[in-house]
Amino acid sequence: MSENTLHLQYILHLADDSLILGHRLSEWCGHGPTLEQDIALTNLALDLVGQARYLFQHAATIDDQGLTEDDLAYFRDVPEFRNHLLVELPNGDFGFTVLRHFLWSTFRLMYYKALSDSSDGQIVSIAKRSCKELAYHCKFSSTWLYRLGLGTETSHRKVRDAVDLIWPYTGEFFELSSYEGALLESKIALDPMTLVSDWRSVVHKTLNDVNIPIPEIRWSQTGGKNGRHTEHLGHVLAEMQFVQRAYPGLEW
Amino acid sequence: MDLYEVFIRSKQGLHHKHVGSLHAADSEIALENARDVYTRRSEGISIWVVKSKDISASDPEDQDALFQPARDKIYRHPTFYKLPDDVKNI
Repeated sequence: MSENTLHLQYILHLADDSLILGHRLSEWCGHGPTLEQDIALTNLALDLVGQARYLFQHAATIDDQGLTEDDLAYFRDVPEFRNHLLVELPNGDFGFTVLRHFLWSTFRLMYYKALSDSSDGQIVSIAKRSCKELAYHCKFSSTWLYRLGLGTETSHRKVRDAVDLIWPYTGEFFELSSYEGALLESKIALDPMTLVSDWRSVVHKTLNDVNIPIPEIRWSQTGGKNGRHTEHLGHVLAEMQFVQRAYPGLEW
Repeated sequence: MDLYEVFIRSKQGLHHKHVGSLHAADSEIALENARDVYTRRSEGISIWVVKSKDISASDPEDQDALFQPARDKIYRHPTFYKLPDDVKNI
């Protein structure tokens, strides 16, 4: 694969995480546990969709087939998506959504901070801009994790169950894909494994504070970064891409 | 959950202004909720939240006694001089 194709894959990996998780959060619109949380989750969704747009616009400049940001978001099928499996999982209950967001935004914020050394200036500026939003995502999700984890017996149990379900999907954060590996030397990408101990120390401390043990799961559910997805992504795309698939090029 | 009243300062130098209310389990969540509900369109640079039950309010029944006496004292209004154009907020 040419360096250009690898570079494109890498940016799509970053963009797809934001787009798919943004879409998942937008599904809470009208279904939040309270009006206030409904709006809060929608705000997080809008932040992520906005970040995805910047990344897709950047990807479109690297792509040499003249594709636009909309083509990249709406006209790729499941095997072409490069997001982590974690972000495509269904929202579950509020506890599941909060926990996933805490684990993901903690990772993403560290990742974007580390990307400030990337040789791709556009990625650096998108990452820098996104850090301010993600800092709030971390704050919001950890505030709620403490409330739920130290709340009632039921809220504690729900978060604890969510930890068991989600944990195997967090290993993929630190897996080095072939395109990342190939972009290390040119300093476009970074090796996510360099972040694993920082991420673990934040996550372990928080879960420890709310009396939730770290699951003893040694295997990871991976594949998303290379286009092998769960059955859930197809359903997300069916809903998200429907309008552009049915009416290609439609504008509003 | 408690009801909180939300006050937003729109910019430096102006006072906090009541903008509405919301429900929250504690004051930290109330601040986050206020940020999410009332500053989505860059309305503010500072937020106060206060439990509604901690506010002492005047009794509507006392309206006449409290406010009627001020109505015929027009000389208390600072309207007899010109405000320079540059002074925007007074």
